[in-house]
Amino acid sequence: MHEMSIAEGIIQVLEEQAEAQQYSRVKTVWLEIGPLAMIETEALLFCFDAVTKNSLAEGAKLNIINIPGEAFCMQCLKTVPVEKRYDSCNACGSYQLQITQGEEMRIKELEVE
Amino acid sequence: MCTVCGCSEGEVKIEGADHHHGHDHHHHTHTHDHNHNKHSHEHSHSHEHHHSNPIEVDGDNIHFGKGPAHAHVPGLTQSRMVQIEQDILGKNDMYAAQNRARFEHSSLFVLNLVSSPGSGKTTLLTETIKLIKDKYSVAVIEGDQQTANDADRIRETGVQAVQVNTGKGCHLDAHMVGHAMENFADMKGGMLFIENVGNLVCPAAFDLGEASKVAILSVTEGEDKPLKYPDMFHASDLMILNKTDLLPYLDFDVERCIEYAKQVNPNIKVLQVSARSGEGMDEWINWIVSNRKEMIQSRIDALQAETDQFRALL
Repeated sequence: MHEMSIAEGIIQVLEEQAEAQQYSRVKTVWLEIGPLAMIETEALLFCFDAVTKNSLAEGAKLNIINIPGEAFCMQCLKTVPVEKRYDSCNACGSYQLQITQGEEMRIKELEVE
Repeated sequence: MCTVCGCSEGEVKIEGADHHHGHDHHHHTHTHDHNHNKHSHEHSHSHEHHHSNPIEVDGDNIHFGKGPAHAHVPGLTQSRMVQIEQDILGKNDMYAAQNRARFEHSSLFVLNLVSSPGSGKTTLLTETIKLIKDKYSVAVIEGDQQTANDADRIRETGVQAVQVNTGKGCHLDAHMVGHAMENFADMKGGMLFIENVGNLVCPAAFDLGEASKVAILSVTEGEDKPLKYPDMFHASDLMILNKTDLLPYLDFDVERCIEYAKQVNPNIKVLQVSARSGEGMDEWINWIVSNRKEMIQSRIDALQAETDQFRALL
């Protein structure tokens, strides 16, 4: 639902970086997104196209790098994969999980000119 | 950060401090000006690209395709790769950190109240204010898409309220809260309640600089809401089960609901409250008061430690 804001946030970062990194056009954007980042990829792709119109990233391609979710289990002290907030530890079934990876929502790399 | 969904023109309004009705604030102006500058910049310099074209000359061989990006058609514009590794919400987080520093500095205890529309946030808030306003200074920031109805209800209790209308936006962001704070410039040591836009999804992602998020769930909703909207309950320190006076008429399973909430957030604290009958209000007030105390105490400790450090230098 807030993917439009996220897309605008991306443009803002691209504009700020344009000066520092000396580019005037963005052709591709690589985003790292975890399953717990509260982002719906399909919606984001749709919003990104809409928001980049008339910007330095018009027509740019958005590539999503999916980062797997990971948590540390406080009960069995293992690092286990998680997909959702309410997943339990796949080793012992506990919900005492500390998320260690998967909340990322980051611009990793750009192709620019 | 421009966080209003999809509008080309800012629609954020801060309807504010007692005497300033209808004071408009357009967050967007800056960004979009910028946008257009960039745009025209692009056009007027469209021949500049060979400057950035890395051409490699090796004896009689001239390479046009050896830039960092490798993969492009030789002789045409050379792209390059830029690694930036930047959080998309970094801007909001920066504003949130500024807000937090400001709250800490003036010992303001700030809660971000989040829930779906109709959970009874505003009633809970007005009842809460009645119980604490004689002892503490209290202020409220009200977030809604439109109208100042909620702020008006708060003002009836005699405390200052600022209404932030997000226009098409589905959440408050740290930048809006920073602007709303201009109305409480002199406030110190009190409590600030931020009533977020009624929405169990988006506000979870936007830190406002608050001490805690408090999720309010009324028992007229489904007990599985913590599972349906896990991000919000994960981000909150406290869940208030509101409207418990209605429990006798409903099938709501309190135990199961708490279980679901703990599943999503093992550390979440749960209070059962009826703002209407007053049940559980004491525990809620105690929670606020003791958390506020803790916040101020940890600030005292930090300042004390700093003072000791300086004293050692004498």
